[in-house]
Amino acid sequence: MMDQSKKNKITSDLLKPIGITKTFHIWMGFLTLSLAVCLYAYMFQLDKGLVVTGLRDYVSWGMYISNFVFFVATSLIGMLISAVLGLSGVKWASPLARIAEIIALAFAAVAGLVIVSDMGHPERLLNVFMYGRLQSPIVWDVTVVTVYVLISALLLYIPLIPDFKICHEKLVDIPKPLRNIYKLLSLNWKGTEDQEKLLKKSVWILSILIIPVALAIHTVTSWLFASTSRVGWDSTIFGPYFVTGAFVSGTAAVIIAMFFYRNSYKLQDYITELHFDKMGKLLVLVSLVYLYFNLNEFMVPGYKMKKFDATHLHALFAGRYAIMFWLVQIVGLILPILFLLFGKMRKPLPMTVIAVAVLLGAWFKRYIIVVPTMEHPYLPIQNVPMNFKFYTPTLIETFVSLAPFILVLMIITILSKVVPIIPIQETIEHHEESK
Amino acid sequence: MCEKEDNSKNKSRREFLQNIGIIGLGSVLAGSAIFAGFNYDRKKTNAQRIKVLTAENELLEIDKNDTTKVARFKAENLTFLQKRGREGIKGKRWVMVVDLSKCRNARKCMSACQNAHHLRPEQHHINVLKMQESKGTPPFYMAKPCQHCDNPPCVAVCPVDATFKRPDGIVLIDNERCIGCRFCIAACPYSARVFNWAEPLNSEEDKDLTYDVELNVPQRKGTISKCLFSADRLREGKMPYCVSACPNGVYYFGDENEDAVTNGTTKETVRFSKLLEDNAGYRLMPELGTEPRVYYLPAKNRTSPYEDKDKPEASEHLDSSHA
Repeated sequence: MMDQSKKNKITSDLLKPIGITKTFHIWMGFLTLSLAVCLYAYMFQLDKGLVVTGLRDYVSWGMYISNFVFFVATSLIGMLISAVLGLSGVKWASPLARIAEIIALAFAAVAGLVIVSDMGHPERLLNVFMYGRLQSPIVWDVTVVTVYVLISALLLYIPLIPDFKICHEKLVDIPKPLRNIYKLLSLNWKGTEDQEKLLKKSVWILSILIIPVALAIHTVTSWLFASTSRVGWDSTIFGPYFVTGAFVSGTAAVIIAMFFYRNSYKLQDYITELHFDKMGKLLVLVSLVYLYFNLNEFMVPGYKMKKFDATHLHALFAGRYAIMFWLVQIVGLILPILFLLFGKMRKPLPMTVIAVAVLLGAWFKRYIIVVPTMEHPYLPIQNVPMNFKFYTPTLIETFVSLAPFILVLMIITILSKVVPIIPIQETIEHHEESK
Repeated sequence: MCEKEDNSKNKSRREFLQNIGIIGLGSVLAGSAIFAGFNYDRKKTNAQRIKVLTAENELLEIDKNDTTKVARFKAENLTFLQKRGREGIKGKRWVMVVDLSKCRNARKCMSACQNAHHLRPEQHHINVLKMQESKGTPPFYMAKPCQHCDNPPCVAVCPVDATFKRPDGIVLIDNERCIGCRFCIAACPYSARVFNWAEPLNSEEDKDLTYDVELNVPQRKGTISKCLFSADRLREGKMPYCVSACPNGVYYFGDENEDAVTNGTTKETVRFSKLLEDNAGYRLMPELGTEPRVYYLPAKNRTSPYEDKDKPEASEHLDSSHA
């Protein structure tokens, strides 16, 4: 049995971030202000119509849809870390499971809002449920994303039950109503053997359930494109191409979150250099798989250079999108793989810098998947103004696209202030086991 | 125990009295209803018989007193127009033939269409393109309306059934249903669809009009618009706007079931199958399996040459480095 003082230290360390501080006020104030600016931009779009964006009849999907794909992609990490690694008994990943679930939940929930910002008639959203046609991939997407958000929320909540009990017991300084909320959320947890068993079993079932659902959300998202016959989208590997790409951006997001949580909440003893080292290796692995899919996606049509493929690939390799394309592939994928092969680079600071590059690359990669294809339809674009032929996002559009990022930051900040982001109960158990 | 029995006795007595009351009231009501019924029937004998046209197109003769007004359906009622717009015109399979050898790029089709559907100058339901298939092959003018595919990718992807395929072959859009997701634009390989990015051209003048699915007017901000094969004109037995407007005899339009198409300019009616057979008719991108209802006759023995000034634009699309 572990001595009580050690147990107390773990508990107090992990409970320390909970509670409102001055920094929290400043940070949330800044986020709220920025969100207000973005919402103003969206109100403007609602009033004037989507004409305030750079979208037109030929490139009719742009930054919003790229953003949507990026958010769905990043949310997939919850499944990789808590389910795949959890089920295969990888011990080092368990302290990170909650961070991964928070990211999954935040990104998936916000993804639903991103798609609304792209709609010409957002007030008709309910039509999707009233008149929904099962043949449409959009209906599949709405269904699986909703299910994923629900399961992710459960996967976040259920392992939290014992910790809510601890919160209720130990957080004596907080107002009584808040303490009672913790009590309510702990569902009368007593830590009996039956309860432990039930909790383990629920988490186990959810972990299994979330794997096909997570695969489905991003496969279906890829089908929004692959179900058309457009050049650049008409691909049979789009499902796995998107899913593997999702793991890259999600892993990068978790690394960045780890870095900021660790430093601002003084969690150096719990999110250790070992965790960064392992996450770095994971990032190399998923990036290599993604690189392999990239090779297939561009090399195969690039070798044949069929008439319409040629126009599209030319724009990517040497034309209008060349700089973005090569930056994404080299700085966002190949260089990170090479750097992270060295142990020195898998230290917190350098790796966070690399993860930022990977995450930025991942965002622009979605842009490169969505936009250039729409600029290259089968029939020529004629008898329309110049801005119909080439897409450039507007300032309004950029602000509206920033809003979901601000929302995600708000969600992960607030969650980290109300729940322990490192599982307390589990950490104590691990220490006991390792003795 | 004893108290409980007492209670139940009391209860049954109360129930009995209640039941008597209900039965009594019921008989009075029933009696008066029968009396009213007799009275009503006596009055009815000298009422007139009237003719009623049902929704199934049956003419019935009934007693005027038997009718109850449910709603007043004017011809321009929205629900009626939406229903009629989805049903299409019975027994028809509309088809269009575009004879490229006669097209001189007059663009009268484009302006007639834009006027009819209240479109902005950059919005095309029908667009005359300067085409060239590959380097070294001759350029030609090609009018391109919606292809009204029998296997329409746009209809397949629509999440809310706002765009639909009618039994008479026409693909329409209901802009009262459309959510503006633009998946149909992404799915259409012929770039046939346009979107109302801003407030439509005539939104002020049109605001009191009832929306007609078969004309797609008034246009609505945030929804799709597209070629309708002028479904409103077909209902009146007229040719589509573009077909009638063409001065050069490019368009034939008609019913595949009758195997007959009529030229919009010369009004000459010919066998549809023979027209295709004699002139090597073809369809756009048949390899995609979309089964268009628009057929093309190649630009052979042109009635006028392709203009030199239009050559660069035709070849622009071929140059892969252009992008």
